[in-house]
Amino acid sequence: MSPTTHPFAHLNEAQLAELAREFDAIHDRVRADLGERDRRYIKGVIRLHRQIAVAGRVLLLGSRSKVAWTAGTGCLAVAKILENMEIGHNVLHGQWDWMNDPAIHSSTWDWDTASTAAAWKHSHNYIHHTYTNIRGKDKDLGYEIMRIDPHQRWHPAYLAQPLYNLLLMAFFEWGVAVHDLDIEAIRAGKKPLKDVWHDIKGISGKARDQILKDYVGWPLVSALAATAVGRLRQPEPRSRRRVLADRARGRGVRGAIRAQLAAVRKEGGGTFAATFRADFTANIIRNVWAHSIIFCGHFPDQTYTFSQDEVRDETRGGWYVRQLVGAANITGSPLFHLLSGNLGYQVEHHLFPDMPSSRYAEIAPQVRDICRRYGLPYNTGPLSRQLGTVHRTILRLAFPGGKPRPKPGPYRGDEVEHRAA
Amino acid sequence: MAETGMRPPASPLRRRALRALRWLFTPLRPDDYLELINPLWSTRELRGRVERVEPERGGAATVLIRPGYDWVGHRPGQYVRLGVVIDGVHHWRAYSLTSSPDRADGLISVTPKKVDGGVVSPYLVEQARPGELVRLGEVEGSFTLPDRLGRGLLFVTAGSGITPVMSMLRHLADGPGLHDVVHIHSARDEDGVIFGDELAALEKQHEGFRLQLRITGRDGRFTPAELDTRCPDWRERESYACGPGELLDALQAHWTEHGTAVRLHHERFQPIVGGDGAEGAGGTVHFTHRNVDADCPPGTPILVAGEDAGVAMPFGCRVGVCHTCVLPIREGRIRDLRTNVVSEMHNEIVRTCVHGAEGRVTVDL
Repeated sequence: MSPTTHPFAHLNEAQLAELAREFDAIHDRVRADLGERDRRYIKGVIRLHRQIAVAGRVLLLGSRSKVAWTAGTGCLAVAKILENMEIGHNVLHGQWDWMNDPAIHSSTWDWDTASTAAAWKHSHNYIHHTYTNIRGKDKDLGYEIMRIDPHQRWHPAYLAQPLYNLLLMAFFEWGVAVHDLDIEAIRAGKKPLKDVWHDIKGISGKARDQILKDYVGWPLVSALAATAVGRLRQPEPRSRRRVLADRARGRGVRGAIRAQLAAVRKEGGGTFAATFRADFTANIIRNVWAHSIIFCGHFPDQTYTFSQDEVRDETRGGWYVRQLVGAANITGSPLFHLLSGNLGYQVEHHLFPDMPSSRYAEIAPQVRDICRRYGLPYNTGPLSRQLGTVHRTILRLAFPGGKPRPKPGPYRGDEVEHRAA
Repeated sequence: MAETGMRPPASPLRRRALRALRWLFTPLRPDDYLELINPLWSTRELRGRVERVEPERGGAATVLIRPGYDWVGHRPGQYVRLGVVIDGVHHWRAYSLTSSPDRADGLISVTPKKVDGGVVSPYLVEQARPGELVRLGEVEGSFTLPDRLGRGLLFVTAGSGITPVMSMLRHLADGPGLHDVVHIHSARDEDGVIFGDELAALEKQHEGFRLQLRITGRDGRFTPAELDTRCPDWRERESYACGPGELLDALQAHWTEHGTAVRLHHERFQPIVGGDGAEGAGGTVHFTHRNVDADCPPGTPILVAGEDAGVAMPFGCRVGVCHTCVLPIREGRIRDLRTNVVSEMHNEIVRTCVHGAEGRVTVDL
């Protein structure tokens, strides 16, 4: 990247220091204002998640009915999305630690996904949020398997990346879990075997729990419930003739038990499979959603990446600007922002990863104002556009070559943007 | 990690049932759903519901709480850690239990006195409302009556130092009886005597309870030298003192010199942590993972030194009660700011809120 395209080449040291002071002030103002209103918000979201999850599980007890299956799967998917995005991601960032509540705290929280809280906090909170978009340092840039930036050298394996991106999308939680392992460091021999073993134990423990719950436990509960209801309706699964025949052959009791078991298999088996499919579908929906929102955070055309040289001796102001231009927002309704864990405000999140997500919408105008005054871009766009450019990049960079896309100019205020749109 | 309440004594059957079902709810627990119905049902942490708040004299108020599970009970004179949510933030303070353990309605009470500039006591006295949830921590404290009441009792209290003794008096009045009890209580003025009416009533009803009220604004402060006239047989009595530090220091010195020190039990509300006359040379604290060096002057807890240097430190009660702020000390010498005992550490876990550095200390954080 030539120095002229560097997004903040026009800012001198003093301006960067002033900019850092302005961003710090936004952070401190919100921090000082946190209180009962914020606590009510996160407690409310947590309660909502649990209610929807209960509703989903109850509906799936009758998962053989198409309507119940669809409604239950929908509830479960929404519950999992809420739990991962607006609750898990943000609690694990320590956004709610200020409440000093032992039940909603980054040190005690675990989430409904395959990666362990501890491994994720390291790979995400520390590595990704510290070295955001620095090529060779930020392992979220391409997740070690994708060529997402034209500066990355091409390799024939990348030809398959449109395909395995689809797989990653569907099974995103497992991708994240494996990503936490830091395969690159293991291959380079930089990660002690003891740590690798510790991580593998963690992942397999979580995997076992998740699989047991979604693919054995709840299908079993649904199956038992369905069978119980079936037996209430029709205690005797045999025809009268069959009963008499069994009795005549002297196997009245054995015949009854066999018939009951056959009925359980028939009724319960179907329900087990239906709930299994519902859980699987809900997990896929959650994974596709999380993948989409997260990929839109840093990979749209608008975002900048940095070489390690560019960030040497980075000041606090420089750090803020890198976070600012390395991330991209998604516009949407309040409901969209709730379901995306407020990561539609990826820019604000990267500036202040430990600020409660519910405050991002509130400070966004202040961030935009800083961008306008300092001649910096404010990356944002609707989901369709952001997602479109992300997937275009994944397709294009599967092949050799590719040039950095033209970047947006400084933010000029909402009016200009609206006119352009 | 944030400070938590006590694990309630749920029945083993219930616990086993919840554990058996846990795998269906992972990573949450059945409790997380049960508490949607009633927050007091949590088996993770003991909670209570505020039943009434009754104003007391002297800027105090009695907060009556219905504990969530079968309350483990307390011995008169003990204190409980109370977790209160104020403007979204959990605060924890230890308060003496003022209720008799024998209360028929099963309520427990604490009686905080409003501390100007404080956070929790003004809230409890002025804003706490019935129905509000509080968290209940461990019941602690060794300021308790002897198992056998073989000899007479002497209580010396001042100000809100009456609170642990009130529980003892109520317990004695309800049960074993107030047979040979002398109580010297000091307050600045007549209106400031917390439980004034109840104390007067107890004196009227019980022959064996002699109350000597001292209004210090009028009569000056009580000094231990007066014991010989006010309670000539003080040496023979099992004595309990609770009040400001100077009073306790004076009484301790008096008992050590003229009496039998083991007969004097005392309760300090604030552990002596640091302060102006702090001993030692202080030092620096190095936080290994944060790679931060913090200056730790004499009398400054490691917790405060770390916070001043911008390190996000785990903290809880800040007075050495709750063990939330514990961190491993890799090496170095630390000073217990309450006892001034200096010890050498190698990978030991200590409470950072009551220990200061003595020279260079390396902390694993």
